Amino acid sequence: MTSSATDVALSAARQEGWNRPPVIEPDGEGELLELAMGPHHPSTHGVFRMDVALDGERVIRLKPVFGYLHRNHEKIAENTSYLASMPYTDRLDYFCSLTNNWAYALAVEKLVGQAVPERAEYLRVILAELTRIQNHASSIGFLLQEMGASGTPLMYAFREREKILDLFENLTGSRMMCNYMRFGGCRVDASAAWLDATRKVVAGIPEFVDEFERFLRTNEILMARMQGMGILRPELAVNAGVTGPMLRASGVNYDIRKVDHYGIYDRFKFRVPLGDHWDIYDRYMVRMLEMRESIGILEQALKEIPGGPVMDPKAKIRGFRPKPGEAYGRIEAPKGELGFYLISDGSPNPYRYRVRPPSLINLTILEDMCLGHNVADVVLIFGSVDIVLGEVDR
Amino acid sequence: MPVGIPVEIGNRGQNLKTVEEIKTAIEAAVPCARVEIARNPGPSAQHSLLIGPESAIEVATFLQDDPELALDFLSNVTGVDWPDKEIAEKVKVTRQATKIINGVEQIVDETVEETRKRLEPGFLETVYHLYSMAKKHGPVVLRMRTANRTDRVELPSLTRVWRAAEFQEREIFDLYGIVFEGHPDLRRILMWDGFKDHPMRRDYVDPDDYEYEPTAHDEVLAKAHAHKTETGATPAPEGAEP
Repeated sequence: MTSSATDVALSAARQEGWNRPPVIEPDGEGELLELAMGPHHPSTHGVFRMDVALDGERVIRLKPVFGYLHRNHEKIAENTSYLASMPYTDRLDYFCSLTNNWAYALAVEKLVGQAVPERAEYLRVILAELTRIQNHASSIGFLLQEMGASGTPLMYAFREREKILDLFENLTGSRMMCNYMRFGGCRVDASAAWLDATRKVVAGIPEFVDEFERFLRTNEILMARMQGMGILRPELAVNAGVTGPMLRASGVNYDIRKVDHYGIYDRFKFRVPLGDHWDIYDRYMVRMLEMRESIGILEQALKEIPGGPVMDPKAKIRGFRPKPGEAYGRIEAPKGELGFYLISDGSPNPYRYRVRPPSLINLTILEDMCLGHNVADVVLIFGSVDIVLGEVDR
Repeated sequence: MPVGIPVEIGNRGQNLKTVEEIKTAIEAAVPCARVEIARNPGPSAQHSLLIGPESAIEVATFLQDDPELALDFLSNVTGVDWPDKEIAEKVKVTRQATKIINGVEQIVDETVEETRKRLEPGFLETVYHLYSMAKKHGPVVLRMRTANRTDRVELPSLTRVWRAAEFQEREIFDLYGIVFEGHPDLRRILMWDGFKDHPMRRDYVDPDDYEYEPTAHDEVLAKAHAHKTETGATPAPEGAEP
């Protein structure tokens, strides 16, 4: 726990009126209970610890503790070539390896000014949207798991996820560690049979989403536990750098697919769902609606996908040495803004390789959302952030 | 044949000012601020503004509050280590030398090339990538540099302007050893509290006091063994090969 000196500094900082969590005073009856939730707790999505101080059931202080999975990803990447880090990005957010690949490829393409063939861009969009659907489905499944609905909703989500992972395995050779994208395109082309199989899977997803929603949307327990819980004000969300469905559930219209138009996202019609109550229920609903929008993007992309090469023939693979310079590339990953910042000094290895992990930065406001709530709700609020520890700890 | 799609370079919004305009705006609003433009020679053309640490908070507040820039979203904060660089230069030096010309010893001026080594002091740097959610433009890149890499590594914390910096500055403190003054909760974040060094620095040396292989053998085991006997902490396990 924090020392008393840090506590004094903390309270001084809070009095100065920064955007800090509010101070919750104990009611003076009984003693405070300091509890370490995790690192081996069923609700913590891996090795994550929350040091909470409880006044009865009420949380009056919460400090997230992580680093148990830290392997200094960035240092490893700085000691190896640009391409050799590509498979390693799969291990950041291991639910969404394809969007990690894309973010890294995009940053390197910006660094060297590399163009990408049209078919590869379409494949990237298709794979990224499939990734988004399976990530959102399982994150909702996990959220319900944390509410006490053990197993069943998660298995509904995993059944659908498995169909998508089969597609990934068919195309890339691996269910989760796909290592598919390259600087200037994609590793292998998708066959017509694969595209047909994808069309078939995509045609089945709306039915799953409808079914999932029918069970959940008006469920009384779900509404009682989610609505008005874990409110995140939009000003705080923007100031704290929260991105992704979390930010949009707080009513801020910021989707990097719409803002940056990276890849070919300006060609597709889709809407950005926004929340207006800023609570857990809105986060759940935004994810649900984003899945529906992703289905729309997939249908358009699968209809329009052109023929042609999937790799720029001029792209350099061996002896890849970018000219000195730097670039920051970012995409809308399912969990938020995933960015890669690279500095090149002209050598085969990046001089600086930085991952901007959405999971880590979305945790900044965990304490703000949890203070004053019961400890059982903390589990739920934490679940609504949707993090993966492989990315938080790197 | 489909045509390759060129990479959208620098994804700047239409109404975002250039770095020169931002520099002028900062200098007009914060008169004492030191602002330099650090050019990015690469194709991404994301140039950055190098700001003096003494007025960093005023500059940051201005960037956030200015209605035209409205940089309300701090996306990425990171550290970069630039170690001391030894630069070898060839310098022409004129000196007097004694030479025998026509059998007579004479002192003449002679120009020779000498290689001189100059030490360029290193520093630690922080890089801030700013975007605007209100205006939907960006990025604006800010940089700050410490005085050196050893004892003057303080920089002002921008957590009070953008809370997004809270965990990221803690990470830089942890991995690079930059001390952020005014940070509300500056502790290690990824490494454990008792850890001493800063692993992301370029000159970081791996510790030899743990066996980083699950079944340590050969070199690794010898290294761990040597460390243990050196510190006298634990006697060597029986049967351990040196």
